[in-house]
Parts: sequence; C-alpha cells; structure tokens
Amino acid sequence: MSAAADDLGIAHFDYLLQLADTSLVLGQRLGELIGHAPALEEDLGLANIALDLVGQARLLLSHAGGIEARGRTEDQLAFLRTQDEFRNLVLAEQTNGDFARTITRQLLIDAWQLELHERLQHSSDAQLAAIAARAVKETRYHFRFSASWLVRLGDGTAESRQRAQQALQQLWPYTCELFDEQEGDRLLARAGVAPPLAAVESAWRARVAGVLSEATLEQPAATPYRWHGRRGVHSEHLGHLLADLQYLQRAYPGAQW
Amino acid sequence: MPADAVTRAWTALQEVMDPEIPVLSVIDLGLIRRLDLGDDGTLEVDLAPTYSGCPAMAVIRGAVEVALRAAGLGTARITEVLAPAWTSDWLSAAGRQKLLRYGIAPPVTPVDTPRGIWRPATVVRCPRCDSASTEELSHFGSTPCKALYRCQGCLEPFEHFKCI
Repeated sequence: MSAAADDLGIAHFDYLLQLADTSLVLGQRLGELIGHAPALEEDLGLANIALDLVGQARLLLSHAGGIEARGRTEDQLAFLRTQDEFRNLVLAEQTNGDFARTITRQLLIDAWQLELHERLQHSSDAQLAAIAARAVKETRYHFRFSASWLVRLGDGTAESRQRAQQALQQLWPYTCELFDEQEGDRLLARAGVAPPLAAVESAWRARVAGVLSEATLEQPAATPYRWHGRRGVHSEHLGHLLADLQYLQRAYPGAQW
Repeated sequence: MPADAVTRAWTALQEVMDPEIPVLSVIDLGLIRRLDLGDDGTLEVDLAPTYSGCPAMAVIRGAVEVALRAAGLGTARITEVLAPAWTSDWLSAAGRQKLLRYGIAPPVTPVDTPRGIWRPATVVRCPRCDSASTEELSHFGSTPCKALYRCQGCLEPFEHFKCI
C-alpha cells in the first residue's frame, strides 16, 4: 500500500471512530438518565434517543473494524479501547447536569449530526452512506426534540432561561472542536468520503443560531482554547464513563449474553 | 426444495409478527425486500432493519428463520440490507388498517425531504373516535417507532406510528 493510501486509510478509520464514539458516548450519557428524567415523557424520549445513538454506533464501529482490517469487532472496539483511543467529541462526554444542560448538549450535537448525516448520504463510502441515510431520519427526530425543548426552556420562565443560558455558556467552548479541520479531513473530503468541513460548519452555525434566537438565548463568544477529542485528548469525565461502560468486559473478558 | 418454495415462504412470513406490535407481520411492515432461491437452491431473504437501535430486530430475524424452517423450507440465508433505508411509507395498506383497529394511529404523511423540521405536524386522527382534534404529548412513546398523543374529542390517549 502506498503511503498516501495508508494516510487515507488511517484518516478514514479515525473518522468513523469519531462518528461512532460520539454516538456511543452520548448514548451512554443519556442512558444514565433512565428512571431519572424530570418527567416520564422525557425519560422515554431520552432513552429512545440513546437507543438510536447506540444502534448507530454499533453499525459505525462494525464498519470501522472492517476498514481497519485487523479483525476487531464492534464489541472489541467499544469495550476494549482505552480513553486515549476514543475519538468522540469532548462535548459528548460532558456530564448531564440539570435538564437544561442535557438538552443544550443534545441540541448542539443533534445539529452537528444532522448536517453530517444529510451530507454523508452521498459519501463515496457506500456503507457509510447507507448508515447515514438511515440515521438521518432518526437524527431529524432527535433535533426536533432537543430544539423544541431548548426553545421552551430559553423562552420560558426566568429560572429556565437562566439555566439554559448558563448551560450554553458552559458547553459552547467545546463546540470549537466540531470544525477544527485536520489534514485527515482534507484527505477525506478530496476522496469524497466526508463532506468539506467548511460547508458543515456554516450550515451548523445557521441552524444553531436559528434555534438560539427563537429560544431568546445569547450565543456565547468563541474561546481560544481547542479541545482535541479526535486526537484522544479528553476531559476528566470520559474515564469515569468508560469505567461504567466497559466494566463487564474488563472484569469478565469475553463474557457474552 | 419444492417448486413453489418462494410462494410458500411468503405465506409463512405472513404469520411472523412484530414482537412489539403483534398485529403486524414482517410483510405488513415492509421488512421483506427480496425473497428468492439462490443458485444452490437455498432460500434467500433480504431483511430491512427499521430503526438503528431497534431491539426487536434480532427477535424478528430469528422468527423469520424459524418460520421458514417450520414451513419445510430449510435454513434460509438472511441478509440485513441497510440501503435503501426502511421508511414508514413501506407499511402496506392492510398493515395500516390493522394498526388502526389495534388502536395505533398509522403513519399519515409520505416521508419526503428533510425540509420543515419546524413544520406544523400533520393531523393525526384518533384511532378510537376518528376526531381530528388531537395533540402530541411526547415525541417518543413506548417503542422507538411510536409517539404519544391525546384525543381532545374522546379524551383517550393513543399511540401514533411515527412517519420516518
């Protein structure tokens, strides 16, 4: 294999992991709320979103294992990688906090997944295109849920507005990672595997700005610090989450249902 | 393999029900995308998975396998086919009637383009009293494929099979 093809292969694998791990980690976070959401409807809603996300993660991890071609299965990739091998957005691993924070994190990631999945349906990677074509239907539904909730909270009572704005202030700094273009992104865009990041960014910004304005929330200023979940540099929260997620396979290697 | 194997397979699959909505068969749901005899005479079934995380999928796949074997058609080769993605548009007319009688409002609008995430929801009629005066209580229901509604006519809650 030539060095160029090798670089593309590595970028491709890492990209699939970024998508898969973001869904998996966010799904696990939402799973923590089962039985603890503020109302039964939201409990069902968040659990259903988690189910979709974990389902998407499974398909993406299986596919990533195929691209890597070292025989790793979806389970091995999910349960046997360490924190610095995870490629998820650092935003996804942030803790649930109050309901405003859970919803704000959801909205920011839903909008990102929505813009990506819409475009990935046309990926030159046929399997990724098929996964995205199915996931986009679910993602639209997730976005409807989180966007309508953020509007209710932001344009709600003084208390809910204050909490939503605070959540936005806390989480916004993590969004700069979404569009931090790396060499691998340029390789993938040229190969038609992934959409150009600039197009996703402008669509995401417009979509999020629309929701924030309807929610009467103020968009925080950009911060200079860059997070790098895609390089395996995570916040302190991921390790705790993985300890929970991976406990069974670590304690009982190879255990199956 | 009997000459009418494919016909018999279709008949057998009419009895394979969705574990979560037991009035709908896999055929009503539009899950069977292809049913053919392979070159080696083995029955081949292409199955469209519904939601990415639908926990019923594994059960459905197993039930299809068991039903075909019970019909004397051997062990079928079942492939889960992702593309084109399953849509609620594929629900058969008979399936929609069965849903309605079961008390679940069937999907109403054909799914088209992503426009209009904010568009007002189309009217979902109450499966009990047919009133058009209904409201959505929750985007999500007891399974990934349903949303929760309430009828303002007869005041009963009901589920709606989502358009996706």
